[in-house]
Amino acid sequence: MATLWLSLIVLLPLAALAAHSLSDGFGGFWNAVTAPAALATLRVTVGVSIVVAAINAVMGTIVAWVLVRDEFPGKKVVNALIDLPFALPTIVASIVLLSLYGPQSPIGLQLNATQPGLVIALAFVTLPFVVRAVQPVLIEVDREVEEAAASLGANNFTIFRTVVLPVLAPAILGGTGLAFARAIGEYGSIVLIGGNIPYQTQVASQYIQQQIEIDRPVNAAAVSVVLLLIAFVALFVLRWVASRGLRRQENDR
Amino acid sequence: MITVTGARKNYGSFAALDDVSLDIPSGSLTALLGPSGSGKSTLLRSIAGLESLDGGTVHIAGEDVTTVTPQKRDIGFVFQHYAAFKHMTVRENVAFGLKIRKRPKPEIEKKVNELLEIVGLGGFQSRYPAQLSGGQRQRMALARALAVDPRVLLLDEPFGALDAKVRTDLRTWLRRLHDEVHVTTVLVTHDQEEALDVADRIAVMNQGRIEQVGTPEELYDRPSNTFVMSFLGTVSKLNGQLVRPHDIRLGRQPELALAQHEGTAETLGITRATVERVVHLGFEVRVELRNEATGEPFSAQVTRGDAHALGLAAGETVYARATRAPQLDAVPVT
Amino acid sequence: MNVSLPVKISLRTIALGYLFVLLLVPIGVILYRTFENGIGAFAESISTPAAISALNLSLLIVAIVVPVNVVFGIVVALALVRGRFPGRRLLQAVVDLPFAVSPIVVGVALIMLWGANGWFGAVESLGFKVIFGLPGMVIATIFVTLPFVVREVEPVLYEIGEEQEQAAATLGADTWQTFWRITLPAIRWGLTYGVVLTVARALGEFGAVIMVSSGFPGVSQTLTLLVHARYIDDHNTFGAYSAATLLMAIAVIVLLLMTLLDRKRSTEE
Repeated sequence: MATLWLSLIVLLPLAALAAHSLSDGFGGFWNAVTAPAALATLRVTVGVSIVVAAINAVMGTIVAWVLVRDEFPGKKVVNALIDLPFALPTIVASIVLLSLYGPQSPIGLQLNATQPGLVIALAFVTLPFVVRAVQPVLIEVDREVEEAAASLGANNFTIFRTVVLPVLAPAILGGTGLAFARAIGEYGSIVLIGGNIPYQTQVASQYIQQQIEIDRPVNAAAVSVVLLLIAFVALFVLRWVASRGLRRQENDR
Repeated sequence: MITVTGARKNYGSFAALDDVSLDIPSGSLTALLGPSGSGKSTLLRSIAGLESLDGGTVHIAGEDVTTVTPQKRDIGFVFQHYAAFKHMTVRENVAFGLKIRKRPKPEIEKKVNELLEIVGLGGFQSRYPAQLSGGQRQRMALARALAVDPRVLLLDEPFGALDAKVRTDLRTWLRRLHDEVHVTTVLVTHDQEEALDVADRIAVMNQGRIEQVGTPEELYDRPSNTFVMSFLGTVSKLNGQLVRPHDIRLGRQPELALAQHEGTAETLGITRATVERVVHLGFEVRVELRNEATGEPFSAQVTRGDAHALGLAAGETVYARATRAPQLDAVPVT
Repeated sequence: MNVSLPVKISLRTIALGYLFVLLLVPIGVILYRTFENGIGAFAESISTPAAISALNLSLLIVAIVVPVNVVFGIVVALALVRGRFPGRRLLQAVVDLPFAVSPIVVGVALIMLWGANGWFGAVESLGFKVIFGLPGMVIATIFVTLPFVVREVEPVLYEIGEEQEQAAATLGADTWQTFWRITLPAIRWGLTYGVVLTVARALGEFGAVIMVSSGFPGVSQTLTLLVHARYIDDHNTFGAYSAATLLMAIAVIVLLLMTLLDRKRSTEE
């Protein structure tokens, strides 16, 4: 029964999508995907998402570190706040950021219709991914291994680099992969602040929507399929790298 | 009461039960004893209906229950890790089976209180399993299983998760409970001391087969093969024979290794050995020896009196003789 | 490792500063903008007929999506944890798929399936509109919320093991009784957490819904579509802000519930 349900809801629509993308044959698919506007949007999308993923990898780890290893008043509140981007509708995120960085910005900082604006919006919605992936792993880290390293003369930076980071790496990579996959597909949070300028700030999701609106379903389907493939590849690669790291740690026991 | 005939159970190519047949008399407390992987839990769970057999039958009170679900077999089952219903109180746990059978509330209330008194948890009705110790949880599990008056009580290593002291206390307590309640009980254990202490009959299992069935005394004094003899009680190897350490007589002269009244008529293989260590274990003394002829080490167990009389010390030479060597003719499963 | 005080303070400052600038400042600005003309203006803006009908539509979708996901989510979780069949890994991956799919792509895929030229396009001739109708919005929302209940219930099912259920069987309980009295109570906090996540996502879904909805105010506009329409179509910035604030308030309540439930979940272990 479970398989039936999952197939009906998840697999069937995706199959229909894939089939439609090829309804003009492989040539049609290829043309749709290599149209200059399509390539440009993919470039913008992936480029911005990589930047956001990198920011998340670093800042997410720092935030997780502070939440696990540090103590300060209001820490519980801050911890709960991390999930806000998960709970918040994406369109609300878009308009919230717009109120600060848009035409009515109180600080005169206008970032709408720019790539940095895209980055900020995507960083907002992907914040929880790396943080929540790293926190539980950081909690589980064996402090005694750190203490052993210290007793052998390693300074903090070395301890972090050689003892802590390898343990965190799989989680960081996993979270970054999720953040990347989310970023490339994001629509609601950038629809108001992005500006939808082709070749500059138009992301793949906006391009696809546009293609549907001008009644070019094959183009939309084809680019959709490419977007899916990029997401899968990214998730797969990062998960593979992460599990290799995990396996190495497990064999060490 | 319970008859298992030709039971077979395979997991892939691994035979957990290999043509097992067993009779369990009504009202007895039978132990299924064996090492890990011997199939004892599988056999118990097959009797319960929690595992299905690939071949063979199970009869309970004359009824063929081989294809009957556990719900309908009228059994009580106690798990090693208690399987307590964590979100229910002790009262609700014990009452569960009765509630399912839709017994009237006053009857349930009365039965639950009675049982909790019997298992020594009177007053614990409103507690939750998380607030109980391991031993208390297991007693609650017993009360729960007995609440529905099962015709058979099955216990799967019930004391395995408990501390040593609690384990010994509870098994004595279980024996007393059985003597009062007289439900046909089958107990799975890997602890031979537990089996000897508690059971009327023991079935020794190894690698999916039953090696021997009998009373504790029968199995100890007349083991049918080396596996049973080694598993139940300690053994020493003397001249290629398996003997019980307390059946080895020591003496300073070859003749003195014979009992007074035996004379020199039969010398059952007297062995010259060197004392390596004398261990005083309280009421008995273990003498660790080395066979001078073969270099093999072995142990003998003597009473304090004998040890005093002999006055043994490390390095000395003694003569050892087995006063009793069971005939182990059956070939054990290898 | 014992971090020196200056390093600790700098890390703390960087982390909190980042969070402050990224999360709190924008929210502060919008709250200010929403309420700078008084609560009255806010209340008015969210009680227009269009707003009320948008709220009703959003809640209606949630009311359909949650029970569906609870039932099928538990079924799938049971299959993944207790089932013994080949291809379980694959099933697990399928459950996670909605996380990797862009909402716009969800909308496009559903159009390819249920739209006029889609595989099931014939349904339209039965007078039953999926795309540009409520069913389409519901299906789109189910797609994106599918993983939540499954992923929250799965680990709990795994944790509690099968022994309690087996004990119930030996005590006479049949499959339904065992599920209702033993399994369900055991998974209740994981289930509730999953439901909260589902509600939050269902209320907040935008990209998929905008593709499959006709977006007529008062008819097929959810709250999220209302926010978008007010800004883009009506140039009613204030209206968009207040609708967004309403949604944000709901999100905060959801967040509170999540935090409370999280504590309940961990103390139950």
